[in-house]
Amino acid sequence: MATQRDYGIPGTPIFDGDMAQKGYALNAMCYSFNAADNRAAFKADEDAYCRRFGLSDEQRRAVANRNVLELIAAGGNIYYLAKFAGIFGLDVQDVGAQQTGMSKDAFKAKLLEAGR
Amino acid sequence: MATLVGSVMTSHVPAIGGAIAKHRESEPYWKPFFDGYPPVRTWLDRVKPDVAVVFYQDHGLNFFLDKMPTFAVGAAAEYRNSDEGWGIPTVKPVRGDPALSWHIIETLVADEFDITTCQEMKVDHALTLPMALMWPGGGDWPVRVVPITMNHVQHPLPSPKRSYKLGESVGRAIRSWKSDARVLVMGTGGLSHQLDGQRAGFINKPFDLMCLDALVSDPVKLTRYSALDLVREAGAQGTELMAWMAARATMPGRVTKVHSNYHVPISNTAAGLLALQNDESALSIAA
Repeated sequence: MATQRDYGIPGTPIFDGDMAQKGYALNAMCYSFNAADNRAAFKADEDAYCRRFGLSDEQRRAVANRNVLELIAAGGNIYYLAKFAGIFGLDVQDVGAQQTGMSKDAFKAKLLEAGR
Repeated sequence: MATLVGSVMTSHVPAIGGAIAKHRESEPYWKPFFDGYPPVRTWLDRVKPDVAVVFYQDHGLNFFLDKMPTFAVGAAAEYRNSDEGWGIPTVKPVRGDPALSWHIIETLVADEFDITTCQEMKVDHALTLPMALMWPGGGDWPVRVVPITMNHVQHPLPSPKRSYKLGESVGRAIRSWKSDARVLVMGTGGLSHQLDGQRAGFINKPFDLMCLDALVSDPVKLTRYSALDLVREAGAQGTELMAWMAARATMPGRVTKVHSNYHVPISNTAAGLLALQNDESALSIAA
């Protein structure tokens, strides 16, 4: 299976053709979450919903762990993953905090600092 | 011929939709952002556009990875939106302008752009929030729209240079459209921000300020960057600058800055706003 190619920009995944192929099933599932019925179906039976889209073991584990960096490593694209995060009421600052290993407050403080 | 009145470029952070819905515009977090817009609305009231051509990227609402066009032009009489999976407030269907859409499509293809045309197209927050910022109050927006999307989901992205040329061609189309309509061009997204990876939260204020200047006086300078250069300098999602560049490129003549604003942060993003009047059209409006 493809791994992330190095584009020389630290801490920055580039969603390229390799990742688009690797992540297709996971991203297809996340794209389905544009529809409220599909979000409800996922919540009602997560295993069955993931099976329907044919997720790989790596993708299924990352979904179970709700871990954004694992989801990206498994081929997830941030725009589709945002719809997955939305199911749990997580916003992009929650997602940013998780990936950087910071508390949400610390992550927000970092953003404020960037404006100074 | 149609009149290209000018261009408004603005960030389109989804959280703006929530702030509008919850009337948070005057709260300390939001005020420096929303305060940027009244001068632009005053200008819009004066130039009274009938149509807005909007460059933006679709964030996984209309397009999936099964078919991912590099550039796509909407050609519908009406565009609908949706909650996008995370509950953004939805808006009424947006009116299209198929006559201008097809004139733009014909011009782009004649100029050798191999675009995708869409008679059905959902529009996401990148189109609806800028509209709500220009014409607040929840009423019907006074303009018809022509959406033009650029792939920023999957690399390779179009280059900034190509995006700029796309804008030049769209500008030629607008100016050669046999219509008495006044046309506004919008570019939405940016400025620097990054949602994914260990560098999430990356913002580059000096780079953004340089871009805000260059977009007024020397936009061609920005075409020297590659898409990956923009990722490095402006963050993974900072590539949305290309929508601003395309909008700017529609005006090859002299422009006058109407207003600009820059505020960090809104959500994870350095929020920018730039309104430019097309001086060619100011003359024709005065006449």
